[in-house]
Amino acid sequence: MALSAKNLKVGDVHTAKLVEDLKRTQIVQYAGASGDYNPLHTDEIFTTKVAGYPSVFAHGMLTMGMTGKMLTDYVGDARLTKYGVRFTSQVFPGDDLEAKAMVKALTEKDGVTLVELDVSTTNQNGVEVLSGYAEARVDA
Amino acid sequence: MATKTFPVEASHILMFARSVGDDNRVYADADYAKTTEAGGIIAPPTFAQASAQFDPDYFLRPKVGQPWFGSGKNPTGITRSAEGGGGGGGGGGLHAEQHFEYHRQLKAGDVLTATTFPGKTWEKEGRRSGKLVFSESVTEYRDQNGELVITARGVGVRTERPVEQK
Repeated sequence: MALSAKNLKVGDVHTAKLVEDLKRTQIVQYAGASGDYNPLHTDEIFTTKVAGYPSVFAHGMLTMGMTGKMLTDYVGDARLTKYGVRFTSQVFPGDDLEAKAMVKALTEKDGVTLVELDVSTTNQNGVEVLSGYAEARVDA
Repeated sequence: MATKTFPVEASHILMFARSVGDDNRVYADADYAKTTEAGGIIAPPTFAQASAQFDPDYFLRPKVGQPWFGSGKNPTGITRSAEGGGGGGGGGGLHAEQHFEYHRQLKAGDVLTATTFPGKTWEKEGRRSGKLVFSESVTEYRDQNGELVITARGVGVRTERPVEQK
């Protein structure tokens, strides 16, 4: 169900748990589906011995994809007009992630009502791993 | 400027949606999707990134007959050249930012042509990873009728050394 502007106000917050105890297998699944086979995400030996990280870590785009589910569950299917993020910290296997969208503004452009959202995803330690924005068409 | 053809297929959308933990039936069930506002199977918001599958030269996919930098007998399959990659990035650095602008909803059955333009580059001193070199690229995805569907802007970063963990 799509959102309606008359039920929204600036400051409204929607949150969703994205994943608990992120598994390496899900990262492998994302590598296969997206086509990004960078060994940093799936090859523990390469990542620890050559690249110098404590373990493999998730593709930023996996976090953006999971956060995208929170957004489309909130605004409805086929409603997003913009979605952009910065990856602010790495996501590792075992992490729990929670995403939040906050209504920043309600606007109108060419007769279309839009909601602007601030988007943020944090891990189990409260560290922000993704920070961004989205815009979606809403019903009047 | 690099161009590639990206057929948007329902089975690929199904696999992609599963990988990001999204069980919305609008990505998986054609009969259900027909009954929704979307009108058919659509692609999730970040799906355009999977166009990498259709880039013949994509450097983060092992290719027949070519060396691959992941582990096998040894922790890496290649000998690093002096200029290779910079610390911490492994193959080509890390992803710093990604932005999408949706001009219309991407659907199963679309055939996109993706054209990538190089953007700005800039440098910054990072607290946790030394010198950072950022580079931007913009990709326009046009459909079978030449209409712009998605504009994507990505920013990659090469770090001087691996990112320190807090």
